[in-house]
Amino acid sequence: MIIRFNASALRQTQWYEYLVRVVLGGAMTVITGLIAARFGPVVGGLFLAFPAIFPASATLIEKHVTKRKEKAGLQGARRGKEAAALDASGAALGSFGLAAFGLVVWLMIVSSPAWALLLAAASWLGVAMLGWQVRRWL
Amino acid sequence: MLEYGLRFLAGGIAVSAFAALGDTLRPKSFAGLFGAAPSIALATLLITLSQNGGPFAAVEGRSMIVGAVALAAYSWTVGMLLKKYLMSSWIATTTALVVWFVVAFGICAALFGLS
Repeated sequence: MIIRFNASALRQTQWYEYLVRVVLGGAMTVITGLIAARFGPVVGGLFLAFPAIFPASATLIEKHVTKRKEKAGLQGARRGKEAAALDASGAALGSFGLAAFGLVVWLMIVSSPAWALLLAAASWLGVAMLGWQVRRWL
Repeated sequence: MLEYGLRFLAGGIAVSAFAALGDTLRPKSFAGLFGAAPSIALATLLITLSQNGGPFAAVEGRSMIVGAVALAAYSWTVGMLLKKYLMSSWIATTTALVVWFVVAFGICAALFGLS
């Protein structure tokens, strides 16, 4: 299976849907900071992996796919749920990448902060993609 | 106040950028990887580093591993609720948040305590 990039998909998203993401993402980042300040880094760190915008994203996917399939005369509602479920299975694999990100930050950020963040981001992508590939092979 | 304004801006941009990237990628299962992108973590850790220093950020990173395990359990639950029980995405994703809280705080309390 080939990974494809389709920029025109961005046009399916309405301006207010982008706004929801910005506001939810911004709000969650502020809340994470407030939690860390109030309860300390042990609890605060948990929220770095909180599914803040996942509900909004999955709902958008279901809505867009349902609309597209119904336009084509297909069972839209069921296809929409299936697309959102596929997105969720991808997020489950991405979570392993997120754990790798946390591990690199934990082990390296005190000694070399800039390298730690760069390597952590690369680890997230590498582990997530590896997980996705392994899942396809199984 | 300025710190929280910066957090809002950085988080909003990072989350939207990763989400938009996910929108453009196919197949859907691959795009889903970006649903677990470290968007909030990147935005938060940069500011945490400058405000609280490396050791504070390191402890956050350690807890983040537990949060990621909870996110995997959450995502798996969402998939089950959608496929098996045909719930709407909104209800499935918000109901499954209970799983995230139980797994995250349960493991965290068992391994590190909650203070």
